[in-house]
Amino acid sequence: MWQYLLKRILLFIPTLFIITLISFAVSRLAPGDPAAAKVGQGGEGGTSGRGTLNEKTIELIRKQWHLDKPVWKQYVIWTGGLMCFSMDSVFTDGNTNWSAATFTGRPDFGKSFQDNRPVFDKMVERVPVTLTMNLIAIILAYLIAVPMGIYSATHPGTLADRISTFVLFALYSLPVFWIGTLAITFLSNPEFISIFPSSGLRSPSFSVNWSIWKKLLDYSWHLALPMIVYVYADFAFISRQMRSSMLEVIRQDYVRTARAKGLNERSVIYRHALRNALIPLITLVAALIPNLIGGSVIIESIFSIPGMGELSFKGLVARDYPLIMAVFTVSAVLTLVGMLVADIMYSFADPRISYGKKTS
Amino acid sequence: MSTPLNKNDGESYGAFVRRQFRKSTFGMLSVWVVGVIAVVAILADVLANDKPLVCSLRGEILFPVVREFGVSLGIASWGAEFGTADWKSLPYDWAMMPPIPYAPGSTDKSLVTLNERSPSLAHLLGTDDIGRDVLSGLIHGSRYALSIGFVAMSIALTIGIILGAIAGFFGGIIDIIISRLIEVVITFPRFFLIITIVALVEQGTLWLIMGLIGLTGWTSIARFMRAEVLRVRHLDFVSAATALGYSTPRIIFRHVMPNAIAPVLIYAAFGIVSAILFESALSFLGFGVPPTVVTWGSVLHKARASTYSWWLAVFPGLMIFVTVSAFNLIGDALRDATDPRLRS
Repeated sequence: MWQYLLKRILLFIPTLFIITLISFAVSRLAPGDPAAAKVGQGGEGGTSGRGTLNEKTIELIRKQWHLDKPVWKQYVIWTGGLMCFSMDSVFTDGNTNWSAATFTGRPDFGKSFQDNRPVFDKMVERVPVTLTMNLIAIILAYLIAVPMGIYSATHPGTLADRISTFVLFALYSLPVFWIGTLAITFLSNPEFISIFPSSGLRSPSFSVNWSIWKKLLDYSWHLALPMIVYVYADFAFISRQMRSSMLEVIRQDYVRTARAKGLNERSVIYRHALRNALIPLITLVAALIPNLIGGSVIIESIFSIPGMGELSFKGLVARDYPLIMAVFTVSAVLTLVGMLVADIMYSFADPRISYGKKTS
Repeated sequence: MSTPLNKNDGESYGAFVRRQFRKSTFGMLSVWVVGVIAVVAILADVLANDKPLVCSLRGEILFPVVREFGVSLGIASWGAEFGTADWKSLPYDWAMMPPIPYAPGSTDKSLVTLNERSPSLAHLLGTDDIGRDVLSGLIHGSRYALSIGFVAMSIALTIGIILGAIAGFFGGIIDIIISRLIEVVITFPRFFLIITIVALVEQGTLWLIMGLIGLTGWTSIARFMRAEVLRVRHLDFVSAATALGYSTPRIIFRHVMPNAIAPVLIYAAFGIVSAILFESALSFLGFGVPPTVVTWGSVLHKARASTYSWWLAVFPGLMIFVTVSAFNLIGDALRDATDPRLRS
């Protein structure tokens, strides 16, 4: 087991190297000089004209973001920052002094082009919102999907099974960005029904003095629509797997054996079948993680929720390279970790799977 | 005299899959739905265009839509007379317009209020904020949606099949390198990678989007092909083919591939779904195609800015939903049809 873990983690290194390379390359190959864009505030080549003042500012900005150095040095500075090393004094006036790299204990993704704040800080303050919403959505989705899958698989061909299969299929094919737009258009629009707010996390009149219930109510009123969109997307994905996984298990010999030894149907389903049917659902968690940031970009920008997704969306619009590179790298790492966690959980849940040496 | 016990004995695997597929009502229905959308996509210029199909201008019979097709192929030209002509106001003797007499990009600035832009007899599905007809946009949008789906999937299929087959057939160091490559590509946050590149490049084009979706979407096909080739590599018929001195590509494509085609098509169906969804999500966020190109996603994007225009939210989404459902159902039906447990 430990050997397997070590091997997997060692395999992370080339993968991460390629991911950082791609992330870096994408931002450098993109047309336009970020510093010039910064001075022109996003305008093409600087709308304020190219005076000597602007030239000087551009020089300064280029120095500040290390854009005046060769590309490989920029890459080293950036990746050093990712690994919590400050590389500021490594490259000084053509000299390279590797021992000057200092460990800071805090990843440095560079400074945002938009407001000059460290990207890491900006991300840290946005993560809780996105993570909480996604976690609640995944838990809710599992809570609905599992019982529904069990019912559907144990009553195949009944009207309820057919309806639920049909509804699930429809949900599965409904794009989130459409449902989100429809929800905004019809449920938070004075023209039709206006029962939900169209944006934000809480009311403008929100105050810290409110009672906990009032705060909670305010949050849930604002987050009801985005949560519904999150939940249905995860739910459709999970329950599709749940039904087929349960149907697969019910056909197995050990379920027939359990019936043959006279167990009642309840214990056959819940003690023998369900446990095995849940195993494939573990890997789904790993599949949900990569969608986490991608899905958040869409849902958070529809409902203007100040989370990671909205941060990345705004970063993309403003061509904030340090921010975009950071989000890209972080989501790739999340995906890697998610896959590893799923594999490990798999071996715990299913004794037939062992990653260690065969001891027989 | 030996008669087969069953009329289906001895049928090929492909025939078996086709027979099973036809049993699926939803699967067959979806094939028809995709067929209809494909016909609409092919005939888009004839169905919705601001130029007449046939007209008589100063005693001369013209076929402007056909000529437009020729111009787009580069085998004809508009000439000095029609280069900048406003087809709506030419002094025709008579003219036969297409069923929807608007091009997807032609704007009508006379529609100012929300009421004028909402669905009416003139514009069946309404218009967007600059007076572009939604129905015409959706008809031409089906062209983009299907071509993105098919082109992106063809790229993914080509890369996946070739890399998977090479990894499985040769094994050893080649297999290790390709498998690592697959592992790396799987961990890419696909949506975010595509959105990043499209957003950072000055102006995203359709080809760029298709290419990116294809270049990141081949991993599951490659894994399947690798496993399939590994499985049959040491079976007798492959050994026989090797003994007969057939070349490796011939063995892979003529002897190994035929059995793997049906399962690969399942990946293709779901891959088309994700390609269509990727493109519409990108355009919806405003990062996809150039603003002059009208796709289903870009019409939906307009709905974000004007929430009162419900028709901009409902109809393009419905088109995406119907198309995506059809490909999903085809994928499901194919998966059921290739299930070996059905083969008795």
